[in-house]
Formats: sequence, C-alpha cells, structure tokens
Amino acid sequence: MFRTIGIRNLFLAPFCIWAGIFIFVPLLFMFYYGLTTPAGNFTFENILMIFQTEFFYSLKMSVLLAFISTAVCLLLAYPLCLILVDRAKSAGAIITLLFILPLWMNSLLSTMAWQTILERDGTLNQILRLLSLPDFTLINTATAIVIGMVYNYLPYMVLPLYVALTKIDKSIIEAAKDLGANTWQTFYKIILPLSLPGAVSGITMVFIPALTTFAISALLGGGRILLIGNVIEQEFTFEYNWNLGAALSIVLMIFIVVNMALTVFFENSHEEEKN
Amino acid sequence: MKRELIHLENVVKTFGSLMVLDEIDLTIHENEFMTLLGPSGCGKTTLLRIIGGFESPDTGKIIFDGKDITQVPPNKRPINTVFQKYSLFSHMNVEENIAFGPKINGKSSDYIRDKIKYALKLVNLDGYEKHDVTKLSGGQQQRIAIARAVVNEPKVLLLDEPLSALDLKLRRAMRNELVRINRETGITFVFVTHDQEEALSMSDTVVVMNQGYIQQVGTPENVYNEPENAFVADFIGDSNIIDGVMVRDKLVRIFGREYPCVDVGFPEECPVDVQIRPEDITLDVPQENSLNGTVTRVGFWGMSYDITVDTGDFEWLVQSIHGRKVGEKVSLHLDPYNIQIMKKPQSEDEAVSREI
Repeated sequence: MFRTIGIRNLFLAPFCIWAGIFIFVPLLFMFYYGLTTPAGNFTFENILMIFQTEFFYSLKMSVLLAFISTAVCLLLAYPLCLILVDRAKSAGAIITLLFILPLWMNSLLSTMAWQTILERDGTLNQILRLLSLPDFTLINTATAIVIGMVYNYLPYMVLPLYVALTKIDKSIIEAAKDLGANTWQTFYKIILPLSLPGAVSGITMVFIPALTTFAISALLGGGRILLIGNVIEQEFTFEYNWNLGAALSIVLMIFIVVNMALTVFFENSHEEEKN
Repeated sequence: MKRELIHLENVVKTFGSLMVLDEIDLTIHENEFMTLLGPSGCGKTTLLRIIGGFESPDTGKIIFDGKDITQVPPNKRPINTVFQKYSLFSHMNVEENIAFGPKINGKSSDYIRDKIKYALKLVNLDGYEKHDVTKLSGGQQQRIAIARAVVNEPKVLLLDEPLSALDLKLRRAMRNELVRINRETGITFVFVTHDQEEALSMSDTVVVMNQGYIQQVGTPENVYNEPENAFVADFIGDSNIIDGVMVRDKLVRIFGREYPCVDVGFPEECPVDVQIRPEDITLDVPQENSLNGTVTRVGFWGMSYDITVDTGDFEWLVQSIHGRKVGEKVSLHLDPYNIQIMKKPQSEDEAVSREI
C-alpha cells in the first residue's frame, strides 16, 4: 500500500514541480507586485485604482464586449450544433472539424485578416462599392472587436455544445414528440436543459478569454477602445508600472474566480432542485 | 368482432436499396393486444415507428379511426410509445416525467395530479412521485415509461421490445402487468418482440413477420398449432420440418411411408412442407412396419428431455418427459392431427422467407 502510494507520488512529482515553478511562483510575484509600492512597501492603493474612471470604464467595456461575444457565440453555436447532431455521424464530424479549423491558424494572423476585411478600403467596403452600396466601415469600433472575438472563440463554444448534444439519445427527443411536444417545446423543455452543462462550459471557455484579450482589441479596436487587457499590457510595456499592472490583473482574476464560483453554485443548485 | 381502429394499407418502406416493408396490409382492432413477432431485421420495429409517426412510408396509407394520418406528425397522433431504452427525461423526477404529456396538452394542475396518482397506481409505484428517475431500477424505469405514456389516455400504445433489457423473472412479471394494464385501460397495445414466448403468452393476435413480409396473422394457438408456412413453424417453437408429398386428401407421404393426416384441399401428388412438433412424437420400442431409428443425442432441460433420433433419412427432434439412452433403438409414432401440412413457397420472395 505505502509502496504504491509512494510510486504514484513519484510520478506526480514532475507535475507538482511544473505547477510550482510556472503557476504558483508567478502568482506569488503577481500578488507581491500588486500589493506593494515600487519601494516595496505594502499597499492596497494599486488595487483600488480599478475604481478610477478610465480603468473602471475599461473593465466595464471588457465585461460588456465579452458578454455580447459569448451571447453571439451561444446563439450561433446552438442551431449549428443541433443541425450537426441531426446529420450522420461522419458528416457531422467533418463539419465540426471545419468549424474548429480556425483553432489551427495563428489567431493573430486571422485577426489581422479581419483587419483587412473591415478597414476603410477593406474587402467588405470593396464588395459594397461593387454593388453600389454605401460604405460600412467597422474597423476601430466595438462591433469589430466583437466580430474578432466571435470568430476566434466560436470553436470553444461549438465543441462542448456539440459533445453535450450528441450525448442526448435520439429516442429521448422522439419521446418528447411522442408525448405531444412540438419542435420548440422539445427544444426548451428537453434539449436545452440536457445540454446545459455543455453550454455552461462553452460559456466559460468563451467568456474568460474574451474578457482578458488584448490582441483582438488592439488590432480591431485600433487603440480607440481600451479593454482591461490593453490597459494591463500598457502598464507593463509602456508605463513600466508593474505594480499597477499586477494589481489590475489581480482584480481581473478575482472577477473571473467569482464568476466561475457563481456558475458552479448555479449549476449545483439546479442539480439539487431536481432531487 | 371488435371495431377496427388502425388499418395499414399497402405500406412500403425502403432504406436506400434495402426493402424493409413490402406491401404490408394489417388491421388492428380496438382494445386488442397485438404482437409483431419476428427475427431482428424483419421490419417489425420499422412498422411500429411508421404507426407512431417517426418514419413515413414510401407508399401506402395509415388509416386511424377512418381518417388518413399518414402525414400527421407524432406529436399530433393519439398514439403513445414506450421505447426500448425507456427514454425517460433524466433532468426530471418521476412526477415531472409523467406530467410532461398532460402539461404540454394544457391540462389543469388538479387533473394532472390525479392522473399521476392514477398512473403510478396502475404500474404499482404509488408514492414514487419525487424519486429521481436515474436512480430507479430497470423494471421501475420501464413502469414509469408506461405510466408516462398511459397518462395521456392514448387510443393506442406502441411498445418497442420494452422487456428485452429486464432479467428473466422481472420480464415474466411485467408480461402479466402489461396484459393487466391492457385490460384495465382499454388501450390497444401494439407490442414488438423477437421473443416468441412473450408473443404467445400475452397477445390476442400475433403477427409473424420476416424480411419485410407478414408471414401469418392469428391467435397464439393459431400460429403455434396451424403455422401457414415453414418459416412460422420453425420460428415459433421447435419443429421437425420435412419435405412431403400429398397423396390425396388426408394422406401424406414422408420418406416413402404414408401417414394419415387431417389436412385437405391440396392437389394430388403436390409437394408440401410437413411440420411435426417434437412434443407430439411418441417413442416406443422398435417395431416392424413402423418408423425406427437410433437415439444419437439426449439433452436434459429440466421439464423434459430433447432427444435426437436418426432414422437414416432424417434427424428427428423429440421432446419427452422420459429420458432415453444414446444408442437406444426406438420407433416413432405420429398421430394424424399432429401432422401439419403447409404449402411450399411458390415465389422467390416466399422462398427467401425460408432462409432463417
């Protein structure tokens, strides 16, 4: 017994060391910088800076855009996945593969491609001009950032949702129809609740990277819309104010942890309600 | 005769190039317990799904109570289904599962509460309202599935091999339950199974199917004692099926010997299939002028012995409550009324049905 536990721990050791060096120590650094002045004295001032108008506005904007992107991803992914699971296994798998293909591309590259599509003389406007329609310039707007986020993060919504939906047995859906439910009733009474865990993990996987991104907002927002990720980046790279940058990161992290905890709590209470 | 409830007219169904149902005509009567019996792939489940509305036939009509419902979707049919895998809604408790149908149909909460009580009582699960369906045993889940269907007061209940996942004891108990529910509710049951014992013990009418064709429709006694062809004879129970020739009415020739029988109406010298049930053959000591053979195999089955007797031309299966020894010489005796004469398949389609 002791021997097996000993051997198992031995196998675990490299991962513990890895986690220690690359996760725990950096976190300690972050908390150290965030909670001290440049001179090394303890302070909460950096943390409280989040309530300054410009920083708070960035956080608000980040939450808003991440929320909209997540909602758009959810609205796009549900119908898509519902159609996919209805198809034959092989066909569904191929189309799913197509939708997660953007994951294999460098995200910076694909975001830059969106830049050329959305800019003033970009692909979109050229097509509109060909059709004698007025220009529609989206670059450097919040809409452009949302488009970039949706494009980059949609696969993270599609995958867990697709998996959750394939797990619903076809006969369950037939049973609902058999008992008199129409297509819409079948969806919101049966399919939606049964695929909820997939939707929740999709929401988490889209919302968090959307909340923390700085590359997409930098490329498609053109510096006009500063999200919290951009502010943190600026503090580290331009202002050299590591203390403030670290503090804002802590705030963002706490925000995410609280959000996730609420999600888990919501899911659990839903489970308990059933019993 | 009971009133006609469902009439299938010339129903054809293909999946790609595969013919699943070939010109099916079938009438189901009110309050009937009908069983669709056949080996896997015979089309029985597809036929059930067509009645339920989950598949639509390529051609043909489904007439329900005089109305053509071929194009009516499943949620609009006065028919409910008990699925093979129960298909309970795992995110709802017992009560919510049963209430699903009535709620969708806009029934009042008082009505629903009474109905749930009634349905749970009907399936012997009183007081299970708040139970989590995923924590119930297979048999209990099956009962909830039945309650969930019956609560909608359907005219017809379709059951797709509902007992196949249960163990033997439970399956036997559920058979009696299903017959009782059929009698108590007055709902017409259409039951799909590949288990001949289930079909014989529960049904008013048995529909024997093979390769997309209906082979025979009749009462359980009817299909067992008077099979219309070699497939039915072989599929239901054990049989000795022998090539024979009808000498004239009430006389058949098997392996050069002539036996009196009770069947009439075949042309003289017409080749026929002859079926003799193993339990209908009596064994005796070898005698001159009788069919003599040697015991080659003996198997004990608890209630009886399966004895194989080789007469040189044929290996006979005999069931007897008395055991025999391998190598023993015996004579076989057949009573006229135990010899069942069946016409040989005429067309190629019919011949296909013999390859079991």
